[in-house]
Amino acid sequence: MTAETENLIIVPRRHFGRIIGAAVVCIALAAIVRAFAVGQIEWDYVAEFLTVPAILTGLVNTIVMAILAMVLGITLGVIFAVMRLSANPVLSSTAIGYIWFFRAVPALLQLLLWFNLALVFPTIGIPGLASFKTVDVMTPFVAALLGLGIQQGAFTAEVVRAGLLSVDNGQYEAAQTLGMTRLQLLRRIIMPQAMRVIVPPIGNEFIGMVKLTSLASVIQFAEILHSAQNIYYANSRVIELLIVAAIWYLVVVTVLSLIQGRIEAYYARGVAAPAQR
Amino acid sequence: MTDTLSQVRTTDPDHLAAGAPLVLAQKVEKHFGPLKVLKGIDIAVPKGEVLCIIGPSGSGKSTFLRCINQLERIDGGALWVSGERVGYHREGNRLYELDDKAIARQRRSIGMVFQRFNLFPHLTALQNIIEGPVQVLREPAADATARALSLLERVGLADKRDAYPSQLSGGQQQRVAIARSLAMRPELLLFDEPTSALDPELVSEVLKVMRDLAETGMTMICVTHELGFARDVGRRVAFMDQGQIVEIGDPCIVLSDPREARTRAFINAVRH
Repeated sequence: MTAETENLIIVPRRHFGRIIGAAVVCIALAAIVRAFAVGQIEWDYVAEFLTVPAILTGLVNTIVMAILAMVLGITLGVIFAVMRLSANPVLSSTAIGYIWFFRAVPALLQLLLWFNLALVFPTIGIPGLASFKTVDVMTPFVAALLGLGIQQGAFTAEVVRAGLLSVDNGQYEAAQTLGMTRLQLLRRIIMPQAMRVIVPPIGNEFIGMVKLTSLASVIQFAEILHSAQNIYYANSRVIELLIVAAIWYLVVVTVLSLIQGRIEAYYARGVAAPAQR
Repeated sequence: MTDTLSQVRTTDPDHLAAGAPLVLAQKVEKHFGPLKVLKGIDIAVPKGEVLCIIGPSGSGKSTFLRCINQLERIDGGALWVSGERVGYHREGNRLYELDDKAIARQRRSIGMVFQRFNLFPHLTALQNIIEGPVQVLREPAADATARALSLLERVGLADKRDAYPSQLSGGQQQRVAIARSLAMRPELLLFDEPTSALDPELVSEVLKVMRDLAETGMTMICVTHELGFARDVGRRVAFMDQGQIVEIGDPCIVLSDPREARTRAFINAVRH
């Protein structure tokens, strides 16, 4: 019997399929790298235009617009999520209508609508108090902010609602039993727990927003893609400038992903990490 | 039933003098849609009493408990805690529903311990305990912390102050939950099947804490399936079935020699 368990050598199994797969991927990657190396891309231009003032201004505009649109989107999202969960039918159906409309209409179309608002309302303001010409108010910046932020709010409202629903009813009851008012229990007990569910998709949407700001180039907002286009209209280095913009998007999104990881870890405290598989 | 009815005063309970029962229920009714969960509960619980409520599931015991601290709204009858009408403010012959703030204020003096503990998972044991005193009672954090530590000691968990609920056993979580409700200095503690979600070997550690509490003179209403606890600690035991208090009285009599056939059937079913 002992001979069966002593001094036997284990020969690892060979995974031929994996080896072949890895080889195919290596060849494909090498081909892609070679294609870009010999392709008609002047990498010197990429390096040169990476940090020109117009591109950096565009980069700042992109980041500022993404942050402001997200702030507006999250604010609207929280308000409409709470409205949607309200027992009052006027509040909840208004929220449902908002989410329905602004999720359904494409973002690009919404930007164009806001930008051309002057065609519908030549002047805006409070009747009898103040009045402004819509074309003066609805600058590319304002139109982009409203268009992106309001449509983001519709998506965020659903994320926040899912987060609020994910918190066990017993948590509401325990907080009520301590004598907390509705606002206190939302702020101290429910939201911190809902954030664990809310943060990953919001981080995802923030990344989406950074890229969505490129739509604002069609309404003349000077974000990074718009700046890159303006330069290549002048010097015809189309691909080089598109690569410059792509590099900056990669940098911004990478930084955001790192920040997202930190925030997620913060809100996951007290909850055991999911089992490693 | 005579036992309770004798304590229900006929004078206006909104203006009861000192010495009044801490909890007074008169014909309390609760419906969930067409289902009548409570069909007229009359009871008076004096200060310092430990009342245990037993009965089959669906008999309305938990619902009655939840009505006392307004997790459920009553649909008929009336409830008073500490001589104050629960959920309403009376002017003449009108009852005005209380607003969010006033309801929160009424709940402060009533602690509740849940079957599923309901500790706040994002806070440590210590933070769970000081949350109410600091946020609701506006106590200075240092005072609340000192008191929380002595409460943790009292429930035998001084070394777990920085543990998150997910790092504690069920019995430990329930003891932290009891400490959390004690931190609010409640006049009344409600226990909603506090040991039903625990592994058998963890039940006794929670019952011991409850026993100690009862000895300090705390007024407690316990919905429980622990007949031994009800016998040893309960001043009175109430048996509920189908939304009514069927029998109430001395634990030894209700549990050993019940008057009603329904009580006897339930106790036999639980014992065997």
